[in-house]
Formats: sequence, C-alpha cells, structure tokens
Amino acid sequence: MARVTFRADRCKGCGLCTTVCPKKIVIMDTETINEKGFHPATVIEMEKCIGCAMCATICPDCVIKVER
Amino acid sequence: METVFDRPHALSDVVTNFCPGCTHGIITRLVAEVLDELGMEGKAVGVAPVGCSVMAYNFYECDMQEAAHGRAPAVATGIKRVHPENLVFTYQGDGDLAAIGTAETVHAAARSENITIIFVNNAIYGMTGGQMAPTSLVGQVTQTTPYGRKVEDQGYPIRMSEMLSTLEGSAYIERVAVDSVPNIRKAKAAIKKAFQCQLDKKGFSLVEVLSTCPTNWGKSPEEALDWLRENMMPQYPLGVYCDKLSKEGE
Amino acid sequence: MEKKVLMKGNEALAEAAMRSGCRHFFGYPITPQTELAAYMAKQMPKRGGTFLQAESEVAAINMVYGAAGAGARVMTSSSSPGISLKQEGISYIAGADLPCVIINIVRGGPGLGGIQPAQSDYFQATKGGGHGDYRLLVYAPSSVQEMADLVGVAFDKADTYRMPAMIMGDGMLGQMMEPVSFKEPIAPEDLPQKEWATCGTGMKRKKNIINSLYLTPDELEELNDARLKRYETILKDEVLFEEYQTEDAELIFVAYGTIARIVMSSVNTLREQGIKAGLIRPITLWPFPSEIINQRADSAKMFLTVEMSQGQMVEDVRLAVNGKKPVYFYGRNGGMVPEQEAIVEEAKKYLQK
Repeated sequence: MARVTFRADRCKGCGLCTTVCPKKIVIMDTETINEKGFHPATVIEMEKCIGCAMCATICPDCVIKVER
Repeated sequence: METVFDRPHALSDVVTNFCPGCTHGIITRLVAEVLDELGMEGKAVGVAPVGCSVMAYNFYECDMQEAAHGRAPAVATGIKRVHPENLVFTYQGDGDLAAIGTAETVHAAARSENITIIFVNNAIYGMTGGQMAPTSLVGQVTQTTPYGRKVEDQGYPIRMSEMLSTLEGSAYIERVAVDSVPNIRKAKAAIKKAFQCQLDKKGFSLVEVLSTCPTNWGKSPEEALDWLRENMMPQYPLGVYCDKLSKEGE
Repeated sequence: MEKKVLMKGNEALAEAAMRSGCRHFFGYPITPQTELAAYMAKQMPKRGGTFLQAESEVAAINMVYGAAGAGARVMTSSSSPGISLKQEGISYIAGADLPCVIINIVRGGPGLGGIQPAQSDYFQATKGGGHGDYRLLVYAPSSVQEMADLVGVAFDKADTYRMPAMIMGDGMLGQMMEPVSFKEPIAPEDLPQKEWATCGTGMKRKKNIINSLYLTPDELEELNDARLKRYETILKDEVLFEEYQTEDAELIFVAYGTIARIVMSSVNTLREQGIKAGLIRPITLWPFPSEIINQRADSAKMFLTVEMSQGQMVEDVRLAVNGKKPVYFYGRNGGMVPEQEAIVEEAKKYLQK
C-alpha cells in the first residue's frame, strides 16, 4: 500500500513524471487547469502505486510526496 | 505510513523560475537533499550565479550570496577563507562558469580552493533566450548561431571536467546527467561525494551535470531528455575524471 | 600611541589595516602599490590572516565581496588601471551594502598611462566608477601618518554605513618614508558584530542573503532610497578637511593629498611676500567639504584649485563656491607634479588681475 500526493498548484505540467511511472498510473489531468495555467499531473488507480518515488525523483518542481 | 519522498528541508518552499520540464529544478533539489543528508544546512553558504539559477538564493534555506556573472568561485573563495569550517558551494551554468568566469573557475581549481562547484551544462544560455554557450555543440542551432555552430566561425565546445581534471589542485571531478531516474540517483551520489571531499578538506571539487533546456532547444521536456542522451552524452561522456578521495582511501 | 617608526606609506596602510582587525587581503600585482601587498604577504600568515594573490583584479574584488559578505574586515589595493577593473565588483559591493576598504595608489592615465603620481582618478572615485547610483567614502591622506590613521577611520565608517570606502594616494605618498605611530590593535571581540553576514544559519535563524538583484522596480527604488538616506547622513556628519591660514585669506587654494603639502609651502612663500593666501585641504573627497568652501567664499576674493590632473576636483569646488567668487585651476598631469614656485606664480597671476 503506497500513496502519492500532488501539490497541483505547484505543477508546471511538464509531464516528466508520467514518463517514468512503472505502473503507468501518473497522468496529466486535462480536465483541470491550475492557477499557473497548466494541466497538473495526477494519479489514477492509486491502489496500483508501489511507492517507488520515480515520479517524485524526476519532478523538477517538488510537486510530489510519496508515502509507503 | 512512512514518507519515502518529500521536499528536502534545505530547499525553500518557493516556486522556482525555471521553465516547465527544465531539469535545473531536479539539480537544485538534489543539492538540498544532500545538504539534508549530511546535516550541513546550518553550516552551508551557497553562491548563486548569473543565468537561469540567478535566483538560487531564494531556493535554499542556508545562507546565500549572489555573485556577479562568472565570479562565483572568487566570491566562494572569499567566504571560505573567512569561514573555513563552512560548507561553501556555487551553483553555476555553462555561460557563467565556462565563458565569462573561466579564469575564476580554473584558478579556484589550481589553488585547490576547498569549495564545491555544481556546474550545470545545458549547452545554451537559457536566461537571455537561447544564445550559443561555450558548451554548445558543433552544428547546434541557437539564437546567435542560427545556421548552426560552425567550427570555422565559433570553434569547438569546451569540456570543462576534462580540462579541470588536468590540474593538480582538483580533488574530485565527475560528470553526471539528470536524464533518467537512475542517472538522477548517480548525480546525487556525485554531489554528496563532492561535498564530502570538501568536508574532508581534500580541496577543489566540481560536479558537472548535463541538463536540459526544453524552451530554448525548442523541444518538449521528454524530447529534451532524448536530445541530451543522443547529442550531449557523446560529446560530454559521463564519469569520474578526478578522485583524490578514493585514491587515498585505497 | 606607540613610539614612532620610519615606514613607507604603502606599508603603513597595510600595518594600519591589520591593526584595524583586517585579516583578509585579496590583491593583484600592480605598480606603484606593490609594497602594500608584499607587507601583507609577509605579515598576514604571522597574524593568522589570509593574503591571497588572485588571478586578476576582477577576481580579487569579488573575493573581497565574498569575504565582506561573510562578515570579515577585508581590504584590496591596486592602482588606477587595476581599480578600473574592480569597478564592476565595487558596484556590486555597494549594491549589496557590504563594507570593505579599497586602496587606490593612483598613477597617471588614461589607459596604461604611467606609474608616476597623479590625481586623475578623482571623478572615478567620487562620481561613481561603476554602474548605478552609489557612493564610496573617499579618503585622501597627505602624509604617511594620515594614511595610517585614515585606514582605521575607513574600516569603522565602512562598517557603520555598510558601504565600501576608498583611500586614494599616489606613488609619492605610497613610497615615501616618514615617521608614523600606530594605534593599539583592535581585539577581534571588539570588532562590530554583523548579524547580516553569511556564516551559516546554525539552524538557529532565518537565512542571510547577500544580494544586489531586485527585479521589482518599486523594491529596488526603496532600497536605493534607503541607501540615499545613509548618504545624506554621511554628507552631514562625516566631512573631514584641514584649513590653513584661511581666516583672512584673499586667495584660498583647494588641494588634497600629496599636492596639498606643496601648496602649503606655496602659502608660506606668499605670506612671506605679504600676500594673504590660505589652503583648504579636503580629507574626505566624498563627502566633499562644500560647506566650509562656501563659507570661506564670503571672505576670500578667489579660489585656486591645484591638482595633479586636468581639473577634476575643481568642478566640486565651483559647485561649492556656487558663483560667489571666481574659481581658478592649475594642474599638471601624466605623472608631472606642480612645483611650489609655479603654484606661487600662478596665484600671483590671478591676484594681479
């Protein structure tokens, strides 16, 4: 059981996190626009998260917190 | 649940001025993570350069000084000579370190100044809008090499790590990249080793980090990582160029 | 006061600096200030300090920036062409509100010029040699003793106002030997505390930032205006000058540094001939002693400014006199020094008009 949380307001929408997730559960939330004007990253199917922190490691903006 | 990843304490809770997908943000964070792990935030003094990381004094929780363009190693020298017990580091880009500040860089290494330089090489001037850098590749199109960098006109890119490792004063020099998660982890280990080199009073240490500039390269953040791997890595091979720590430890 | 010792001006500057608590010196070789650096190189290691010969004047002044930001009393010295190279750093030091002491043993210019004494860097020192609105405290000693004394003043005032101070001499002052006595050394614990310095937070306070970058115009203006307020206090409180026989003088010379000594002899010669001459010798070039010059313009008939330049300080004398009386100029430049008799003749020329 692991959990990722995104500070959506800090996300610059670069999408790098989505390229490294081994479970392919990190996506860009095209339904939402944050206050910076970007589609922020988010997670789907949280139960699949293994807490590897790959997404957080490559995030240039410290948007992601990972718990396990 | 246990937190396995969160913002390091030494990294201020502010939004950086870096463009989306620019790997400067990763490198900035890695330095803070290492400060945390070494327990050195309270002892550290950082020097910010002129370039994309000009605002770096806002990004760290430790004491900071802002230097004039290229002069960060001289400023760091002044700080270190006053407070040898402090951990003094600079964070500089390629224009700052390898063009206008080449003399300061070379002589800090030659003196074996006991400071650590984090050298971010993205082969372009980012802050001013994408001009040719001393590390721009042959053929690379920039604002000031619109037909590509030509050897006849602009000469060759400088390999700083190789050049500095010829100096007896250099104690630890490694080139890393932040294009992938494994490489990011290696980059962090290199930064940690460089700081340790300073704490052990071994002398000048520098970590060259190959970084992206999606905005001025005209690529998506993901494409920029590919471009770094395909074009920068052959010109700038990753690896340890100088390591007095391990040698003496053997 | 200790007993007097015979010493070169350049060495006296160095000795006085160390006694003022300066333990960090960064420089680059240039004539005619070399004795200062050599003295520092010899003495600093013995007194637990740092002497560092940098790769350039540019690097040296930026090392000064770093060390000043780290809270140290720090000095650099150079001569005209080297001071030109340091201007970028001086602007940053002023912009970051850092104290330090810069020595300029002025030589003839422009360009490489020569190595003989000159006063042609007056504009550079007093009107802002680098970019931006800023000032330096500028001291102009005229003897080896005064060189030693003003170093202590310069360090103190630089700390008080958090700004760079400059001492302007020339090769003649720097290399001449005169008896000099020094103050007792300041104990490190008696130096001013600098709570703004970067020496590590120790996780006990918020971080300190040494910086001159402010991208928001209203913030930058506010900081610049706060600095201007300090400058206004300095203009009021920190003016130093010497007057010689000005009370009843018809002609008042204005001269500083080396040349003021020669002018003093000219005043004596003129007095012997029954001519009422006097001298105002600015000791601070910024803040300039405008008030006394303006006051004396009520009683004197004319002013004659003598400089080892084509006429730089004379502009400030004219501003101070403000049209009340004529202000004449006599100068030699390029390393030539006005002679005592020539100054006397020049004075007579204007008095006979």
